Amino acid sequence: MRWLSDTTVDRLREETDFPDLGNSKYVIAGRLGSGGMGTVYIAEDAELGRKVAVKVMNTVDHSGALAARMMREAQIIALLEHPSIVPIHDVGETNDGRVFYAMKLVHGRRLDESVDTASAADLLRTFQKVCEAVAFAHSRGIIHRDLKPENIMVGPFGEVLVMDWGVAKVLVSQNAKTDREGIRNTSLEDVEFADTLPLDAAPPGETKGGTIIGTPAYMSPEQATGRTELLDERSDVYALGAILFFLLTGRPPAESPVPSTVRAQVSDTRPVRPREIRSAIPKPMEAICLKAMADKQNDRYPGAEELAKDVLSYLDGNPVSAYRENLFEKMGRWLGKNRFLVLLILAYLVMRVLVFFFFGR
Amino acid sequence: MPDRFPVTRLSAIVGTSSSNQEERTRAFEALIAAYWMPVYKYVRIKWNKPSEDARDLTQGFFAEAMAKDFFARYDPSKAKFRTFLRTCLDGFVANENKAAGRKKRGGDAIFFSLDFDGAEEQLRGLKSPVVGAIDDYFEKEFARSVFSLALESFRSQMLQAGKEIHLKLFERYILNNEEDSPKLSYKVLAEEFGISTSDVTNYLAFGRREFRRIILERLHELTASDDEFRREARALLGVTPT
Repeated sequence: MRWLSDTTVDRLREETDFPDLGNSKYVIAGRLGSGGMGTVYIAEDAELGRKVAVKVMNTVDHSGALAARMMREAQIIALLEHPSIVPIHDVGETNDGRVFYAMKLVHGRRLDESVDTASAADLLRTFQKVCEAVAFAHSRGIIHRDLKPENIMVGPFGEVLVMDWGVAKVLVSQNAKTDREGIRNTSLEDVEFADTLPLDAAPPGETKGGTIIGTPAYMSPEQATGRTELLDERSDVYALGAILFFLLTGRPPAESPVPSTVRAQVSDTRPVRPREIRSAIPKPMEAICLKAMADKQNDRYPGAEELAKDVLSYLDGNPVSAYRENLFEKMGRWLGKNRFLVLLILAYLVMRVLVFFFFGR
Repeated sequence: MPDRFPVTRLSAIVGTSSSNQEERTRAFEALIAAYWMPVYKYVRIKWNKPSEDARDLTQGFFAEAMAKDFFARYDPSKAKFRTFLRTCLDGFVANENKAAGRKKRGGDAIFFSLDFDGAEEQLRGLKSPVVGAIDDYFEKEFARSVFSLALESFRSQMLQAGKEIHLKLFERYILNNEEDSPKLSYKVLAEEFGISTSDVTNYLAFGRREFRRIILERLHELTASDDEFRREARALLGVTPT
């Protein structure tokens, strides 16, 4: 029996694991990571000579359901042209019948890995960008449904990317939404795309009523209880609130699998407040977090945009909609915001007093 | 389709307790083929035995496992087979150490034809594990053994099926690029073999598929339950068989 070196064993293992991308222009060079639905590889685009990330379905899907879902993810991302959403370059099929898509290769760190090193202000700015990207998706009638720090990448220049749209849901056809809610007009392209998807956004085998999709620690109560018909933009707002909770406290709002469900059923159980974990967290910031994470959908921000605005207001030293300040807090905030002006006035007054004492008499 | 493979090999672990003698022998042969090399190296390194003693102990361990039906006691819900095997092995070596004036095995007592000289050569070519890393070392050696066996089967099956060019291409692409050298491009391979690039793609895809099927079959043979098989496939190969 021939002796195999470590290198050969690794190469054989790689070959066993690496998908064959058929006659596509991509040559797999390494593995980046694996999720429930697919594995992401680094690959070289042989035509353009650039590195890309290729997501390949983990298993051959004889029913076609997973392939449809992945194709759907690719279509959804293609619809979301935004600097904070990773663009798709190409969709194809491996030699053994698995769907893959090639996307921009993202450099950077996951948000959960950055939390210990970034400053609080930087984290809040990152969070605000995440909200803006999600708000954009909402404006296109798409909700993410699996927002969590692990699905957010922060690039070396502070750029933010929202990843993994595998369980995203198209809320309603844009036409229907426009008609029913009078939100806005949309392009014909949007309407056509929305029409290709079932109104209830049911990727086969996934979002049927009662199915729980997402990550428990970041799930809204309606999502945790499988009431998929209730899911809307505010479900993403809840997840954003949970992400904010994580950024403020360094831990997810709950480690248990269905915290919101438990809370919904047991009325006297209240969630842990961020300030109970870290008392230094400013009250307005805690209020923003708790409003986003309200159990009742109507008590949350109506969308990610409103949440982003409140965070920006806080960063700019302005009042936030989620928190009613008392007079002292208003003064404190005003003084904090206008520190330079206050110092100037104080300096002027001191000068006047000195002048009065030395020369006025 | 790499994830679907015909399970032509029954579990050798289950087979060791078969009432059918032929099946039992086949099962032990399969286990010995996969495990003798890791066992030998483990005894040499963990128990710090000289080559001669390690050979005796390796032979003795498998002989005793067969005679006393060690492996029939394995319960897949409690641990991996490898963990169980190492526990048995450690117990066996410890007992042998205790047995004062142990009768040296030799002559008639050698049951299996194993390439210990080859194993020694490998040991010389490999870095010794650091202290405390013997578990990982055993895992790695087991993986090496499984891949080696799978590659042997792959070679013979490809030749039997008249797929010589597929085999040569696979070996050239994977095995002949030792130590950190970049893989040859499909274009270079196409020129070298005088075939088109799409032929290279297809032949390699076929080779990968077959190799994957063979190694999963081999792994299935070396595990006791479907659950263990899936866990092993995930741990050893990073794949999830359906």
